[in-house]
Amino acid sequence: MRQVKVRLTAVAAALTMTVAVAGCGGAKSDAGSSDAPAAGSKGTVKLAINPWVGYEANAAVLGHLLEKKLGYKVDKKNLKEEISWQGFETGEVDAIVENWGHDDLKKTYITDKKVAVDLGPTGNKGVIGWYVPQWMADQYPDITDGKNLNKYADLFKTSESGGKGQLLDGDPSFVTNDAALVTNLKLNYKVVYSGSEAALIKAAQQATAQKKPLLFYFYEPQWLFAKEKYARVKLPAYTAGCDADPKKVACDYPDYVLDKIVSKKFADTNSPAFQLIKNFQWTNDDQNLVSDYITNQGMTAEAAGEKWVNEHEATWKPWIPATS
Amino acid sequence: MSATVTDARVPVAAPGEDAPAPGPRRPLPGRRLLVPLLLLVTAGVYLAVRTSAPADGDGAAARFFGELRDWVDANRDTSPLFLYGFNYLRLGVSLLVDAIHGALYGLGWAGLVTAAGALAAVVAGWRTALLAVAGFLSFGVLGLWEESVDTLVLTLSAVLLAVLIGVPLGVLAARVPAVGAALRPVLDVMQIMPTFAYLAPMTLLFLIGSPAATIATLIYAIPPAIRITALGIGEVPAATVEAATALGSTRWQLLGKVRLPLARPTIVLAVNQAIMMALSMVVVTALIDAPGLGQTIVQALERVNVGAAFDAGLAIVVMAVVLDRITTRAAHRAAPTVHRSVRVRAVGPLVALAVVVAVTVLGRMSSWGAEFPAAWRASFAVPVNEATRWVEFHWYDATEALKNAVSAVLLDPIETVLTTTPWWLFLVAVLIFGALASGPRAAVVAGLAVAGVQALGLWQHAMQTLATVLVATVATMVFGVLFGVLGARHDRFARVLRPVLDAAQTMPSFVYLLPAVALFGASRFTAIVAAVIYAVPPVVRLVERGVRDVPATVVEAAVSAGSTPRQLLWKVQLPMARRGLLLAANQGIVMVLAMVVVGGLVGAGALGYDVVAGFAQREDFGRGLAAGFAIVLLGVLLDRLTQGAGRRADHDRLRQPAT
Amino acid sequence: MPPTIAVDRLWKVFGPKAGKVVGTPLADLSRAELRARTGCLAAVRDVSFQVEPGEVFVVMGLSGSGKSTLVRCLTRLIEPTSGEVHIDGEPVRAMSPKRLRELRRHGVAMVFQHFGLLPHRQVVDNIAYGLEIQGVGKAERHRRAAEVLSLVGLDGHEHQYPDQLSGGMQQRVGLARALATDPAVLLFDEPFSALDPLIRRDMQAEVRRLHAEVGKTLVFITHDLAEALTLGDRIAVMRDGRLVQVGTPEELVGAPADDYVADFVREVPRADVLTLRWITRPARPDEVLADQPLPAGTVIRDTIERVLRAPHPIPVVDGDERLGVVDREQLLPALIGHRPPVPA
Repeated sequence: MRQVKVRLTAVAAALTMTVAVAGCGGAKSDAGSSDAPAAGSKGTVKLAINPWVGYEANAAVLGHLLEKKLGYKVDKKNLKEEISWQGFETGEVDAIVENWGHDDLKKTYITDKKVAVDLGPTGNKGVIGWYVPQWMADQYPDITDGKNLNKYADLFKTSESGGKGQLLDGDPSFVTNDAALVTNLKLNYKVVYSGSEAALIKAAQQATAQKKPLLFYFYEPQWLFAKEKYARVKLPAYTAGCDADPKKVACDYPDYVLDKIVSKKFADTNSPAFQLIKNFQWTNDDQNLVSDYITNQGMTAEAAGEKWVNEHEATWKPWIPATS
Repeated sequence: MSATVTDARVPVAAPGEDAPAPGPRRPLPGRRLLVPLLLLVTAGVYLAVRTSAPADGDGAAARFFGELRDWVDANRDTSPLFLYGFNYLRLGVSLLVDAIHGALYGLGWAGLVTAAGALAAVVAGWRTALLAVAGFLSFGVLGLWEESVDTLVLTLSAVLLAVLIGVPLGVLAARVPAVGAALRPVLDVMQIMPTFAYLAPMTLLFLIGSPAATIATLIYAIPPAIRITALGIGEVPAATVEAATALGSTRWQLLGKVRLPLARPTIVLAVNQAIMMALSMVVVTALIDAPGLGQTIVQALERVNVGAAFDAGLAIVVMAVVLDRITTRAAHRAAPTVHRSVRVRAVGPLVALAVVVAVTVLGRMSSWGAEFPAAWRASFAVPVNEATRWVEFHWYDATEALKNAVSAVLLDPIETVLTTTPWWLFLVAVLIFGALASGPRAAVVAGLAVAGVQALGLWQHAMQTLATVLVATVATMVFGVLFGVLGARHDRFARVLRPVLDAAQTMPSFVYLLPAVALFGASRFTAIVAAVIYAVPPVVRLVERGVRDVPATVVEAAVSAGSTPRQLLWKVQLPMARRGLLLAANQGIVMVLAMVVVGGLVGAGALGYDVVAGFAQREDFGRGLAAGFAIVLLGVLLDRLTQGAGRRADHDRLRQPAT
Repeated sequence: MPPTIAVDRLWKVFGPKAGKVVGTPLADLSRAELRARTGCLAAVRDVSFQVEPGEVFVVMGLSGSGKSTLVRCLTRLIEPTSGEVHIDGEPVRAMSPKRLRELRRHGVAMVFQHFGLLPHRQVVDNIAYGLEIQGVGKAERHRRAAEVLSLVGLDGHEHQYPDQLSGGMQQRVGLARALATDPAVLLFDEPFSALDPLIRRDMQAEVRRLHAEVGKTLVFITHDLAEALTLGDRIAVMRDGRLVQVGTPEELVGAPADDYVADFVREVPRADVLTLRWITRPARPDEVLADQPLPAGTVIRDTIERVLRAPHPIPVVDGDERLGVVDREQLLPALIGHRPPVPA
């Protein structure tokens, strides 16, 4: 029942804080969130869980190491990307363990508000792009050039695309310029949001299995690419700054160096947990393996993390901070 | 002999037609002709002036909200409004949540199960206690113990606040006419506001997490608490109050010793309603980082994992049933006509407390008390997922064809008409037809709502959403009337139907998205299917009640005149149930709107997507917030246009499953 | 000694412009006209009367005559529009809310037609309610409640709830509640009209007994003439908000002020109400009279046998003074002077 004690201590601490805060004029937005680990406990690490399985793989492995090797309690919070960033401010979130770019958020929360800290790359290379199933690339060889998309718009018509071709996107919270791209590249397409990675994958699998046309937003690292082939559609090449104004983007997505972000408070503790997240680095293949465990082998994230940790000691050993 | 029937119908039809416009009313001889004529004219004007409006950009409203957010972000820790206002609220609520969280977790699983049982035993009797124990155990059995307790924590926090604020407000509304009059329209809007629309403003003011979730839930749960309390206080017999006054009671003595005790059963019912509302909202707040079962469901939605959502939905239903039974029984027992022996009343709670303490201490000292025993686990996830996969695989062509047909034949044409209608023409049509259907006042309010949507710069999206809502409402009414009539005419069918409706009404709206997504993928049709499943139960209930409420004497007269069952239905029961049908349409359309908007999560687009994107992407925040307001306005519009017979008082009663 | 209750030109007007009726020509309109003209209802119109200490004063009228409003104006349960009410010489309308509560707590208690009991309290706590809100301690108020409980004959019922009692018993609780605070004045608003006739008669007897035992001033509202005649020392007849006549039962029956009252009392067996005073005639100069005179205050009914048997007219005396004589010719009209309501 240690958790209870922690909670009660937290209440007491928060009460004290209220008084203190009231004394010096008003409550700050992080008032009431007490992060100080209670005595005799390593404390809790609050990991944001963004809604795609690759992210979950990172969190599964880190979570397992934090709990089993370092003795922390891990509190996983299912949050969308932007909301996770807001969590740094309120103290709801300690760490985001796979961040895709988000230069605007970095400016707000790292540079301006100074509530978050960049902990460097996860080792994963991120790619975002438009894809079609391989059979389409075979059948219509020039379809992989974005300039020819309008020619094939009819193929991609659905009940939802209102007479235009459909470009299927994922969760509305994902990093995407697609609506602007369709407009700015003058494509006769309409962006339709499937709502989630799972829906996107389901559609892609169906398109492959039943030879149905599909143009969709997708990304790497992604376990699906290890199972089925999809062809990327080339858009005008990315140049630095071509995506500066989200409304005027007319170029392809850049390659992302996925990185880890933690809250300033968490960083300031310089705890073993912080050290572990700072040291964490692996490859796309590593991540895809864990994603595959979770998605296709019916494992919970916890079990998948455990399995990977048991089988890859050489990879994670160096992440564990020396002090612990 | 048909005279009986005709005569009986007249008084029912008349008030239904002009209910909102009291006072003498001259018959309009041309009325029969007027409506088709007006329809023709409208159609003509439409054909002449239709245009395809420009796509919604970020209008002035969206930009304003975007800037508002930037300002709030920049000043959250400096502006006195936040330093001394919202942040304190947030802090206070978070302390409350933490305290309740500490208390519930402090009991341990065994202690909490016992506490639920003991509480039920004391306030509701031993049968309910058994139900409570079984229900709480089932959370652990489903492997959702912590999630369920987290949900319970949020629900209890929100309900506690709703009662602390709502009951005094309700008393005030009943006692001070000005307060009552001022509150009524506010509550009206709060009740038709789709849950989804609350979330963005909540994150703006209170950030994310449990406090924001609790406040959002509180806002959703408080209208019935206020309304029903006011009702209860208003129903205290004047004779009793007068007698107490004549003995020299002060105002406070009257309140404390007469009004509140006499209104107690009703107030317990208000608590019951607040709990039911809170439970349905608390799940949605998972979108703004509220812990609990909502998280499980949102996650299941992201993975299209129907089985996982089924387990979580089941846990919510169980929790709702347990809390509902405890509070309804408690309300029943609170009635002044129920007298229990003084000894039981005094000793019962002590015994219950002792048992809870004993079990808690035992649980905390022994190893099995730390965590819910894994050996007791059971889950429906696997069979449900298998069934879903089978249906997906075998029905794919059929579902796809159905989706495409409905989209092409109904949805797209209606959407085209609505989106190519200039907003002013729509406004004029709303004013005219609104005045005919619901009276001039309602029409003006509806008209203002239309103008508001236009001003928010989201006309296109609002019309797309409206098209989806219309199609879903038609489907809802078809199914609702069908089942309602069947239920009213066949007792056996009704008996089977009732528990299904009970469960369906307590299921959080989110859960309905899943089977729909699994069957129909990401589309507007998915939202329609989910909306129909969500809105049919209350419509069925209303229709059934409407038909059953037709006086037995009238039915008897018609039968003795030789009506066939079919004639009885079409010539007597349905016409006389008109009021119930209108009310059902009103209730149905508001619920459909709420669900269609949630459909934004699964590709239904339009306003719902704007809201979802609004709290997912910073640059879309302004538009998301504007969309939230547009949804509210759309709700007001639809409610006013269909309110001909809708009466709020009934609404409150209807949200509650029949017991 | 001032009258216990003095009502002076009391008005109560309900409606939108209630304040603008009294003292204007509108006040002279009939009720119906006023209503049509202004939408106001004059429930009590220019009513004045006095109630002496220890008296049982009955206000009688049909429903809608304003009698319930009138009695509520006495302690301002309904705020009068104009006029004045003095209780023990103190102007009620000038009282502060606090003083008014004092009056209601200690001076004047009321019994209601629909009892107005608190369903969530046991009988004993219902009776003790008035003491409770005065801040009397629990032991003391329960002791007092037990006292009045036995006074109204409800011993053994103290721990029951109101809905477990019959209507008559519930009204005994209402009566006990009013008595518990030991007020000088009791107001009864049609207390027995919701009860069965037999129980009503019991309760009337109860009130008479209590009046004899505790000697309070009673104001009693009823629409039942028989009840009024049984209980009232004096009776005020109300019609359309006005007092038509105030007098003893004899005066009402013997000398109705107008046709309305006459119509009311027509069915009353006059011999039961009137005394010999009402039917004496002067003795003729040469008349032979019976030896034993009859007191003038004797009710006619009680003299029938003697008068009919006596060979001579009997002298009627008030103390030492001889008022006249009575004989069978005098008696007969009083006996048959009322028509039965429906010919048999």
